[in-house]
Amino acid sequence: MIEVRQLKKQFGSQLILDGVNLRIASGESAVIIGRSGGGKSVLLKHIIGLLQPDSGEVLIDGENITRMDERQLLRVREKFGMVFQGAALFDSMTVAENVAFPLQRKKTYTAAEINRRVAAALEVVDLPGTEKKKPAELSGGMRKRVGLARAIIYEPQIVLYDEPTTGLDPIVSDSIDQLIIRVRDRLNVTSVVVTHDMRTARRCGHRVLMLHAKKIYATGSPEEIFASPDPVVRQFIDGVADAKENFL
Amino acid sequence: MNFLARTWVGEWLTGLGRIAVMSRDAVMSLLTLRVTWKDLLYQIYFIGIKSQSVVLVTGAFTGMVLTAQTYFQFHKVKMDTATLAVVGVSMCSELGPVLTALMVAGRVGAAIAAEIGTMRVTEQIDALRTLATHPVDYLVVPRLLAAQIALPLLTVESIILGIGSGFLVGVYLLGIDPTYLWFNMLKYTGNLDLEIGLVKSFVYGGIIALVGCYKGMNCGMGAEGVGRATTEAVVYSSIAILIANFFLTLVLQRIALMFL
Repeated sequence: MIEVRQLKKQFGSQLILDGVNLRIASGESAVIIGRSGGGKSVLLKHIIGLLQPDSGEVLIDGENITRMDERQLLRVREKFGMVFQGAALFDSMTVAENVAFPLQRKKTYTAAEINRRVAAALEVVDLPGTEKKKPAELSGGMRKRVGLARAIIYEPQIVLYDEPTTGLDPIVSDSIDQLIIRVRDRLNVTSVVVTHDMRTARRCGHRVLMLHAKKIYATGSPEEIFASPDPVVRQFIDGVADAKENFL
Repeated sequence: MNFLARTWVGEWLTGLGRIAVMSRDAVMSLLTLRVTWKDLLYQIYFIGIKSQSVVLVTGAFTGMVLTAQTYFQFHKVKMDTATLAVVGVSMCSELGPVLTALMVAGRVGAAIAAEIGTMRVTEQIDALRTLATHPVDYLVVPRLLAAQIALPLLTVESIILGIGSGFLVGVYLLGIDPTYLWFNMLKYTGNLDLEIGLVKSFVYGGIIALVGCYKGMNCGMGAEGVGRATTEAVVYSSIAILIANFFLTLVLQRIALMFL
């Protein structure tokens, strides 16, 4: 279970998160929506301990990770897989080496076992036969799939997705959505998806949380959020700019 | 002015503190044998083998110019055959380690900072961390160890080339008697000079790797950040090598005197 309590984060003079509270149960799929630059990715990075909050707590399965040092966090992070916005593949390695990386670091798997698992993970993300390609030879959608394969190969309990469909065409976005759902259902993982893509939010989440004004502003099932009469939620879902932003 | 001084000093001290913490993590990682041998071998290849041309040219021409300059001064007092002795001592204890380190800092320090800096701006370091891998274990330790293995070897090469090329210049260009030239070099260049040079190069290897890794891992965002980190890695490691050289010379010569 993921629990965030009164999380505050400031970069320089800019306050990004101001008392965020949320709780995501094991096996649940939560989608965090909100405007660009609103702190969604910052919140996600706090959940996995990539950023330390100024105040507040992040609890993973009841364990407070905010006061842990980097080595202690490594143990907690074994529960996580994360798919980055830009995939963050290691560009000096092939696809197979990227996907195999977490297993090779553990040093408990034989080469044959690693090869078998890499092939299976690439099969799950519909990219069989790409083992020898370099990240530079892949399209944006393919890179994200490889990133997902790398994140799930060691069967984590929690998978975090940072803007998984940003910059992709609608068809590729659809396939990524389906992958997220497939991984969620097949591996029974807890998923946290950060997105501003409304179709992803509607399809991938058991629950949608809206980050607005540095806090969790609204939470509910996708049906509840998409039917919400709240003007702030409505404006975001309908994609209507503020009047002052329409001056051009 | 006061604010600027405080900011500059503060940043400088923070940087030193972070490098110290990174060094501690790297040593702890080394002690627990978390290093991947494949990565270490690749880094030794990259730092050692790929720096051959730079180091060999530097060593050879330094030896040659030092021989010529020494000869022109010593010739006035009829001490021609002592020329190579000066070259030998200088190359072993000072010029060999320092010039090799400066050349490697330019080539390897910049490459380390650029590679790790690019990994930082493309979130590859964050990806490492999410994959339960400590960046120090994976990025710093192989480079640190490789630099500390490769640099003494490169320094020995540079010394050999420097003395060898100096000998050839002395004999064939300047007309010095080869037997006395070589005999005096062996007489006045002791094992201790070479050992001081090797200790220095071991320390400089650490400086190059640590400064390069630190600058890369803490670089600013975007292409400008990577560019600045690369430049700073070369400048700071070169300055650190020159400053360390002075103190190492004092300390090592004092230690050497105790054993003589």
